Amino acid sequence: MKIHEYQAKEILKKFGIPVPKGRPVFSPDEAEAAAKALIAETDSEFVVVKAQIHAGGRGKGGGVKVVKGAAAARETAQRILGMNLVTHQTGPGGKLVKRLLIEQAVDIARELYLGVVVDRGVGRVVMMASSEGGVEIEEVAASHPEKILKEAVDPVVGLAAYQARNLAYGLGLHGAAAKNAAELLMQLYTAFVATDASLLEVNPLVVLTDGRVLALDAKVTFDDNALYRQKDLEALRDLDEEEPAETEAKRYDLSFIKLDGNIGCMVNGAGLAMATMDTIQHFGGVPANFLDVGGSATEERVTAAFKIITADPKVRGIFVNIFGGIMKCDTIAAGVIAAIKQVGLKVPLVVRLEGTNVDLGKKMLAESGLAVTTANDMADGAKRVVALAAGKGA
Amino acid sequence: MSVLVGKNTKLIVQGITGSAGTFHAKQMREYGTSVVGGVTPGKGGLVHEGFAVFDTVAESVKKTGANATVIYVPPPGAADAILEAAQAGIEVIVCITEGIPTLDMVKVKRALGAYPKSTLIGPNCPGVITPGACKIGIMPGYIHKPGKVGVVSRSGTLTYEAAHQLTALGLGQSTCIGIGGDPVKGIDFIDCLALFERDPQTEAVLMIGEIGGTSEEEAARFVKTSMKKPVAAFIAGQTAPPGKRMGHAGAIISGGKGTAAEKIAALREAGIAIAATPAELGKTVAKFVS
Repeated sequence: MKIHEYQAKEILKKFGIPVPKGRPVFSPDEAEAAAKALIAETDSEFVVVKAQIHAGGRGKGGGVKVVKGAAAARETAQRILGMNLVTHQTGPGGKLVKRLLIEQAVDIARELYLGVVVDRGVGRVVMMASSEGGVEIEEVAASHPEKILKEAVDPVVGLAAYQARNLAYGLGLHGAAAKNAAELLMQLYTAFVATDASLLEVNPLVVLTDGRVLALDAKVTFDDNALYRQKDLEALRDLDEEEPAETEAKRYDLSFIKLDGNIGCMVNGAGLAMATMDTIQHFGGVPANFLDVGGSATEERVTAAFKIITADPKVRGIFVNIFGGIMKCDTIAAGVIAAIKQVGLKVPLVVRLEGTNVDLGKKMLAESGLAVTTANDMADGAKRVVALAAGKGA
Repeated sequence: MSVLVGKNTKLIVQGITGSAGTFHAKQMREYGTSVVGGVTPGKGGLVHEGFAVFDTVAESVKKTGANATVIYVPPPGAADAILEAAQAGIEVIVCITEGIPTLDMVKVKRALGAYPKSTLIGPNCPGVITPGACKIGIMPGYIHKPGKVGVVSRSGTLTYEAAHQLTALGLGQSTCIGIGGDPVKGIDFIDCLALFERDPQTEAVLMIGEIGGTSEEEAARFVKTSMKKPVAAFIAGQTAPPGKRMGHAGAIISGGKGTAAEKIAALREAGIAIAATPAELGKTVAKFVS
């Protein structure tokens, strides 16, 4: 689960990490009021207006502006709110800006990068730091991997103070700045573990001229598997940022990702679902979605899955590819038949069934009288659905 | 011969009184696996569907001589179940549970360092099967057949697809290991490849990877430097978009890393035969088997 920058900063603040003064706003009026208050509090005319969307690269896309005075903040807010912000992370469609963060502007001496991730190679939380702050860390990792310092954390001990110091001195910091950065790293690790994060980035971490350090930007992603024990975080979810079909799928415990093509897919198992998408592309088609119905799906969930696929107006053909294990083929057949009875079937449907109760599933589909094309295996099914979606017979 | 599990495996089922535990305990017994009992704290002393239930893993080991366990405990208690099994001296720990918090697995992995005799398979995996001898997990038994190909995979249903094709081709499987789709897990490709390399029954290995992480690249290096047996591979997710988690917590292309193209290049470079589509899993490894 992703959250907005201002929410991430509120969390960091709870763990004692210094962040700039600021507040979220939803309208130009609120932006002006927030700027006015900040100017009074900080004794500086300058404030930053930052678009809040769940994607990076906002500055380059024109979603972050430094302005002077509350009136300018209002004008800029007017311009950014409602704008479709396109960055390298949003895709070409961009994202509609509905919230802003109005924040104090600060005098920056140095910009650094800090990141916390679970490194699957070592199976541990790894603290990362780089002197190349403010830029895309992926680019640094690709061109200058030696500029990224790392410390793997023993989960029993936690981040050791010496490891935090290693990183701080490794960044070329001295004196008060080094001490402050090391302390911030300790707090960052605590925040990461306490919230079951899967990614926590401060980019940039700024060092001020007086040696103080400040998290100027923050990004957090939480481990979806741990949300059951992080009830407070659920309130931070912004459904506007999520694909409505994906939200609907979640309600039924379906793993669904919307894609750009025109062939709807329903598969059991994540690996098989990916392989099905690959096979469709291999035969010249483009999948409209990734959908794993899971191993323990009921007829009701299968019906919901089928409805989500057919609700996409771009879909020109549907491929149901099932290798029954725990999942029984007759459950799939019953769910598909029920869905078609409720919402109809306007595009060609190709079904490949194999595994547990395959004969029963096939018999149910045959007796339903529905126009279903059956396939012998995955490749056969993919070929047929690609041809049918293109308006050719299979 | 086979790897990890076989005729001498004595299995207990942790979470045996739950619905998944009950269903699969019966399925495994039907297949011929020696299921010697189960564990559900608070239900010790019961006999459930003909299985003796114990309160603790340690007690079940003492009473039955169990040397393997399969875990169907829900996510909040699954990490604890793994640790309890390791502490009780269980050698093969298979964790089926999907949805364990990653930081729980970080702790488990650290703690398992103290139990070198225990091997963890999973979590979030279909389990392990030596056809004709021992099935541990949730895979459909009937698609398997004793044979010569070792299968190791990050994906459940793709493993079934592979086993089904190998059986149809008459090659069968020595052992199929589903290592699971989580980012922090027990044994990885390299461990399984090493086991198959030493197993006299295994003539060739079929490896099924997916996007995310670098396990496949590490496996490629291992094959190149340490394996004599032929290996074939398939990588799922060749057309997956970056930044999207494809079902499995571990299946995500992030920061430009973990793409199928990179993995396939590394595997090819190590002399591994690549199946272009999942329809060719069996065919690709068939040419290596006598």
